Amino acid sequence: MIRRVVDFFGEARYAEQRRRLFYLALVLIVIADFLVPREHAEYLWDRLPGWSAVYGFLSCVLLVFVSKFLGHQGGLMRREDYYD
Amino acid sequence: MIDFVHPALLFILGALPIPFLKGSIRKAYLMLIPALAILAVLTVQPGSYGAAEFIGQEILIAKVDKLSIVFATVFTIMALIGMVYALHLTGAGEHVAAFVYAGSALGVVFAGDYLTLFLFWEAMAFASAYLVFAQGGEQAIRAAFRYLMVHITGGVALLGGVILHGLATGSLLFGPIEGGMDVAAYLILAGFMLNAAVPPLNAWLTDAYPEATVTGAVFMSAFTTKTAVYVLARAFPGTELLIWLGTIMALYGVIYAVLENDCRRLLAYHIVSQVGYMVAGVGIGTEMAVNGASSHAFAHILYKALLFMGAGAVIYVTGRRKLTELGGLYRTMPLTVALYMVGAFAISAFPFFSGFVTKSMVVAAAGQDHRALVVLALTMASSGTFLHTGLKLPYYMFFGTDRKLEAREPPRNMLVAMGMAAVLCIAIGVFPQPLYALLPHPVDFEPYTGVHITESLGILMFTALGFVLFLRALDPENTISIDTDWFYRKGARHFMWLAEKPLARYEKAVSDISETAVLPFLHGTARAGLRIDLNGVDAVVNGVARSILRGGGALRQMQTGVVTHYALAMIVGVIAAIAVFAVVWR
Repeated sequence: MIRRVVDFFGEARYAEQRRRLFYLALVLIVIADFLVPREHAEYLWDRLPGWSAVYGFLSCVLLVFVSKFLGHQGGLMRREDYYD
Repeated sequence: MIDFVHPALLFILGALPIPFLKGSIRKAYLMLIPALAILAVLTVQPGSYGAAEFIGQEILIAKVDKLSIVFATVFTIMALIGMVYALHLTGAGEHVAAFVYAGSALGVVFAGDYLTLFLFWEAMAFASAYLVFAQGGEQAIRAAFRYLMVHITGGVALLGGVILHGLATGSLLFGPIEGGMDVAAYLILAGFMLNAAVPPLNAWLTDAYPEATVTGAVFMSAFTTKTAVYVLARAFPGTELLIWLGTIMALYGVIYAVLENDCRRLLAYHIVSQVGYMVAGVGIGTEMAVNGASSHAFAHILYKALLFMGAGAVIYVTGRRKLTELGGLYRTMPLTVALYMVGAFAISAFPFFSGFVTKSMVVAAAGQDHRALVVLALTMASSGTFLHTGLKLPYYMFFGTDRKLEAREPPRNMLVAMGMAAVLCIAIGVFPQPLYALLPHPVDFEPYTGVHITESLGILMFTALGFVLFLRALDPENTISIDTDWFYRKGARHFMWLAEKPLARYEKAVSDISETAVLPFLHGTARAGLRIDLNGVDAVVNGVARSILRGGGALRQMQTGVVTHYALAMIVGVIAAIAVFAVVWR
């Protein structure tokens, strides 16, 4: 069972299925976010359905590119023998 | 002390027989002691134990309350899991070190006074350093020395703070720091923050953990930073500075994790990030925040150990640790993949995994405390956590480019240990109530609300979308990242250069001058001095002495011993004095 699940995520022949399932999940999450009750809205964004999807995506992009920028242009990344 | 068996003693004394035991008896023993310790913690009653007097100070070996029990519970559980993971080792050294390490961590958690705390604190540093030394090889030994030096420095700061605190307050009992923050409090805080790996005091962690042995790193990921969270929660709840440092930590770790190529160093940066949540929780200091910090530490120890065990299994089997050299292992290691992913979902706070019910408590506490920026930053860090431990690391380690590595599942004891941790990660996520019941304050928090589930899934799955779209940008690169260890690694080298080049040259120049000019001059001066001494000073001294001797001889002749001569001399003297007096008077 475990092997089949792991294979589903690894084998190239399931790529199309994986892709469809993934996008279906994304759509369902956003729809569900519009349907759930929001009683304890503390901040403005708590009242916006779909906000978490947008923020999650932006966070991911921001983290990747800011980090890589710091790594390459900011000089954080060095050759492996830097300390030798 | 009869009604209380100190679990630290169980481990530390229990470590003594390990080298003399062999085969299955040793294996049974290695599991028996942690099992007894779990029992000891589960049955312990809150209270104070082992009060004594030492060099005029009140000593309290063990102070048991709910905060210490929650940490002690997870420490003993973790000691058992770590021992199962390490059962296949043949040498005794690492087992002994791990026992002393776990015991010292428990000693810190129960310490009722600063002296006891300090002793266990230092023991922890030495025992854990052994787990890096045990890896052998130049790189590991250098890292272990750096680790030891940094922790001893932190220990000195802590001791200095403790002494000043003791002098100022007259008591060494360990509890919330009261009154304002003075030098003593800041020194103690610095010592604690160093072990919690708060930037810029964080680099020892990401420097040493990837160099430790496969089994040693599992113990290390559990104890040092979490004892630090415990002491911070005990002594500094509600310290504003910690909120901001914790929030920075949470992001700092995930930013570095993007750049990292070494699988265990990537996980180590996520310790920094996750401990950030706990430090921020302690800083907020409300009941809910301290509950959140404690429960997150509990969950973190288990899932982080699981992740380190998964990465360790890959290193154990393939001998490789760089993501650029790994890939395609899912075919040969499916169980490891599945168990690793349980840890990854737990750290990412997926619903029904442990992180979901603990991390959200910290974030909710920040929300209740009206700290919008902290909430946003911590949520962003959650995205980064899933991005790296849930997507990037497993993708490049287990899937991705197939490097045709020879691999198999790790030894059974490793899989069993990972299974134990995985079961707990899911159990806490599904049934959080027993964990909530352990927490120091009453819990008024419901993690499973509709909006919390959809929001978490939204954050996580759209992070996955970003990962899928920008996969190439995340490709690991064969580099290392500069962190604050630069200052003591390069700084030490610059210091050595300074010592070897300019200082050595200066020293040589000085010695040259002294040899060619100063020394002959000094010799000459000394000789001249000797001549003056012999011919001048001695002559004068001898001359004076001789004159006095001669004068003495002359005076002696005046001493006749006849009283009338003396009387005559006195009368002459008196007349002379009167004559002089009369002249002066007029």
